Amino acid sequence: MVQDWRKLEVVDRCVADSYETPTMAETHSLQDLQQPAVSSKVFVQRDYSSGTICKFQTKFPSELESRVDKQQFEETIQTLNNLYAEAEKLGGKSYLEGCLACLTAYTIFLCMETHYEKVLKKIARYIKDQNEKIYAPRGLLLTDPIERGLRVVEITIFEDRSIGSGR
Amino acid sequence: CGGSGCSSPGAEAAEPCCPAQRTPSPRRKWQVFPGRNRFYCDGRIMMGRQTGVFYLTLVLILLTCGLFFTFDCPFLASNLTPAIPAVGGVLFIFVMGMLFRASFSDPGVLPRATPDEAAHLERQMDSTGSSRPPPRTREVQINGQTVKLKYCFTCKIFRPPRASHCSLCDNCVERFDHHCPWVGNCVGRRNYRFFYLFILSLSFLTIFIFAFVITHVILSCVVLVLDPVRSTVLEVLVCFFSIWSIVGLSGFHTYLISSNQTTNEDIKGSWSNKRGKDNYNPYSYGTILSNCCAALCGPLPPRSVPEPPRSVPEPEPPRSVSTRTRTKLGLDPPPPPLPLLGSGSGTAQYLCVAVVGSGSAGSVPVCC
Repeated sequence: MVQDWRKLEVVDRCVADSYETPTMAETHSLQDLQQPAVSSKVFVQRDYSSGTICKFQTKFPSELESRVDKQQFEETIQTLNNLYAEAEKLGGKSYLEGCLACLTAYTIFLCMETHYEKVLKKIARYIKDQNEKIYAPRGLLLTDPIERGLRVVEITIFEDRSIGSGR
Repeated sequence: CGGSGCSSPGAEAAEPCCPAQRTPSPRRKWQVFPGRNRFYCDGRIMMGRQTGVFYLTLVLILLTCGLFFTFDCPFLASNLTPAIPAVGGVLFIFVMGMLFRASFSDPGVLPRATPDEAAHLERQMDSTGSSRPPPRTREVQINGQTVKLKYCFTCKIFRPPRASHCSLCDNCVERFDHHCPWVGNCVGRRNYRFFYLFILSLSFLTIFIFAFVITHVILSCVVLVLDPVRSTVLEVLVCFFSIWSIVGLSGFHTYLISSNQTTNEDIKGSWSNKRGKDNYNPYSYGTILSNCCAALCGPLPPRSVPEPPRSVPEPEPPRSVSTRTRTKLGLDPPPPPLPLLGSGSGTAQYLCVAVVGSGSAGSVPVCC
């Protein structure tokens, strides 16, 4: 599994480095090593029907139809929505944290994490877990929405080389 | 703290505008930040571009409080009670703390769209195929009210509800209230409560100083028949004019908080009854108490696109295939790749986590 990750990382770095456009020789080498190339990206937008709380649309994008099960995808998004709702929940615990922070002139956050930060770490672990178990074997990659300012869930679709569709 | 007033021309700028800032290690996000902000202390402090008025605020507060503690407090402490300088001191520390928090925090800046995202949006908008210009607004229904989301040409995103683009800082800010020159920063989702607590505590401090300076004057001139201290005049002047503006502003923001509106919305009259009987604020929680609690004691969201932790030693970036291939082919190796705010950087970071973090502690993003 780690080996697959390394390949994906290496390819993605090639994509990120805008000055590096692979030459013919490099492309040939890439093919030899069976590096997956980025085919396209899908963006799952925010659902604002309940207000400004962080919630993503559970509508299944058509580009993923051949790659992943609709149920699975909806479950992933729904779990993410639930986790964000937990982070932004207004209740006794969050009010207590807010009041305590105000009384200490917010210096308390120098030694402890906010509830929101704790849940964001939980979300990062969940996304990593989902990628490892479900999406990476299908040639997909979920990007943590915090990397995009909680605006979109970016799903990178890698070219499926296993069928032998070369360039 | 090293100052850096640089703003990169674009999200994919490869050259920093201040060569002295260039480091051989991968650059941090604040160094390639596309907005017009100033960063200090390695990105921990974020302010707007024009900070002149902020220094004026600091000078006014420090000068008035300094004069009060130096000339009035000894008299008041000995003739009335030492609780006066104590309470004054606590108020002063709270005011300064809130001012720094409001000025130096990220107000809730929305990161600009990555090139892939921008291209995807453009494709969606042009897909109508007609000769008319593509729609630059989207309508959403929020709690029964129709809200229009506008497309931001600078950030290339459809702005979330209540977000607005600050022309001074050149950023889209979530729950944008206003750009405050006195604080030297935008006031938005992440620092609104600090701004409100700053003006509220400053109102109390101003009234406190004003009241006790007057007391000092009355006691020393009328009761004890002493000469008035010259600094008193300056203090009274500053406090008198400040009280009207700051107390007024505190009152206005108390109203905004209790109705869960932003200054922006109030000025435009977005949720005013004058627009129609059915026009109401869809963001309000119902009661004044719940609105106040939500604004002041609600969860504080962290920065979007947080910086990777500094204490974790940056690992040797795995050599890319192309580097190896280049060496094989006898070509010059390229310069070390710099992670930029491009399409791949976020994913690359994530995947570095998978590479580095497989087995080791947690999902801490590591800057590659």
